[in-house]
Amino acid sequence: MREISYSEAIREAMNEEMRRDSGVFLMGEDVAVFGGVWGVSVGMLAEFGEERVRDTPISEAAIIGAGLGAAMVGMRPIVEIMFGDFLMCGGDQIVNQVAKARFMSGGKARVPLTLRVTSGAPGSAAAQHSQSPESWFMNVPGIKIVAPSTPADAKGLLKTAVRGADPVLFFEHKMLYGETGPVPEDTDFTVPFGQASVVREGSDVTVIAVSVMVKKALAAADLLAAEGISVEVVDPRTLVPLDKETLIQSVAQTSRVIIAHEAHRRSGPGAEIAAMLAEEAVEYLDGPVIRIGAKNVPLPYSPVLEKFVLPGTEDIVAAARSLLQP
Amino acid sequence: MALVREFELRAIEERRGGLIPGFIHSCVGQEATAVAACAALSQQDVITSTHRGHGHLLGKGGDPKFMMAELAARSSGYCLGRGGSLHIADFDLGILGANGIVGGGFPIATGAALAFQMRQEQRVALTFFGDGAINEGTFHESANLAGLWKLPVIFFCENNLYGEGTPQHKQAPIADLARRADGYGFPGVIVDGNDAIAVYEATKEAHRRALAGEGPTLIEAKTYRFRGHYEGDPQIYRKPGELEAWQARDPVPAFRTRLLATDLFDEEKLAEIEASVQAELDEAVAFAASAPIPVAEEALQGIYAETHEGLVF
Repeated sequence: MREISYSEAIREAMNEEMRRDSGVFLMGEDVAVFGGVWGVSVGMLAEFGEERVRDTPISEAAIIGAGLGAAMVGMRPIVEIMFGDFLMCGGDQIVNQVAKARFMSGGKARVPLTLRVTSGAPGSAAAQHSQSPESWFMNVPGIKIVAPSTPADAKGLLKTAVRGADPVLFFEHKMLYGETGPVPEDTDFTVPFGQASVVREGSDVTVIAVSVMVKKALAAADLLAAEGISVEVVDPRTLVPLDKETLIQSVAQTSRVIIAHEAHRRSGPGAEIAAMLAEEAVEYLDGPVIRIGAKNVPLPYSPVLEKFVLPGTEDIVAAARSLLQP
Repeated sequence: MALVREFELRAIEERRGGLIPGFIHSCVGQEATAVAACAALSQQDVITSTHRGHGHLLGKGGDPKFMMAELAARSSGYCLGRGGSLHIADFDLGILGANGIVGGGFPIATGAALAFQMRQEQRVALTFFGDGAINEGTFHESANLAGLWKLPVIFFCENNLYGEGTPQHKQAPIADLARRADGYGFPGVIVDGNDAIAVYEATKEAHRRALAGEGPTLIEAKTYRFRGHYEGDPQIYRKPGELEAWQARDPVPAFRTRLLATDLFDEEKLAEIEASVQAELDEAVAFAASAPIPVAEEALQGIYAETHEGLVF
């Protein structure tokens, strides 16, 4: 199977969906002429024109809300938010409008809106450009939350998001854009929501890893294998809906679990997953559910400080050892 | 306009009587802006409304039965009892929703207008808002975007001189809010909001502009609300004599007088209309009072189109 980058996979998904359905369009800051500050939408303006690939002013609330309005009257907008940190500039529109429109209207509003957002620390981008906001919105019913870790998942999940009838926050980790991997060419290839992926099988400990931490979990698994510790890595892929069954099944087999995400540890996605496991998988657990996330401080600018704050491969290794070599 | 006035008065009564559990933000005194602006729109145009939206909703074709049932939290209401006064919506009527967030509707109307422009449809989005909302960041962003892209939006400001409990002059450094349109490259028009014909004509012109591809218009309709921000509001903030001065210019009797001056209406005809309004409201209240109360589990419905076997909960 040919291998392409995460960024190319996302572009392919958008191109295919825009060719398939004239109601799909892309708008965001610098997505058209610039091709997106992360290069994801390069070439799209040339193919689809400026009606369907639109550069917007720097106005997140208006862009997100306009996506909602356009969706309500029959379009399928893809709205790109340059940095997930900027979601808060449009917070009301996401939380009080997009997420709730269908429910408040008695199920009548149609909100097939996909908000593509970057997440994560690209290195020395500092506190306002490095956050992983997934869990801020997990607490808001009405919006689905997707965080792919591979190019194939990025493509398949984005196609599902765009074709779906519900609003989706689609988190693309900045440090994954350059990663390559096999991606099917079938234009109808989709990945369903609510289906976790067992990325690596193992028997001693489960690492549930979100987004960029999947890579780090796999690196940790290689290191731990040398110590005779067999690590299973599971990627939830979608946080809402969350595939509890796969996560619980894995924990039932290994009896030990670590949850790793780049978001701050306190009330990050791991908090929800850990609580769920404590409620529904406690009989399988031989030890505490360990959560690994960024320290509960704003992300610093200095590389030394940033490295100290962000979770890394070594944190997963240490956690696994603590569970298996007490 | 008579329907809106009587609907509000009846809803206020029913809230006191216990049929309606939630807050009412009545638009008594603002019937001309709501009804006349909507009268200038067509069926396929859309509106976004506000927390003070009953007049907009009725003006756009809302049925008092389903509105009253929604206020009474019944399954037969527009939102199946799940939204209440603040969130009434009906997409067939082009009502993209009332809104409980001041300023929440600007981007939504802008997006609908964007869709109409992209699909080259002869449709307009009108967003109702007040003198309080115009200071929300969403006004600025939406007006800028709509002005830049020349979207078919009508920004309709009902300036009733108060944003919640604070007078307009303590919320903005200017009194004529229509001036703000200048910053976004489109016209701002001031109109007497208690003159239904003037409101209709201003909105008609804005509608023409929008359909002709000339872009948005900001209409500032000077008006006044006769009752509190919400029912129960002690209203300690009004200037003495102000209410009485505006009540002397009550838009409903003013329009009634105007109709009588034409050949088309006489007292008998108007009395007929007023009687039928009362009958319609009696029917609406009876409908609401006898409509089913939602079953508890309905709270889990209609949040998503696809629930992935309940995993979203």
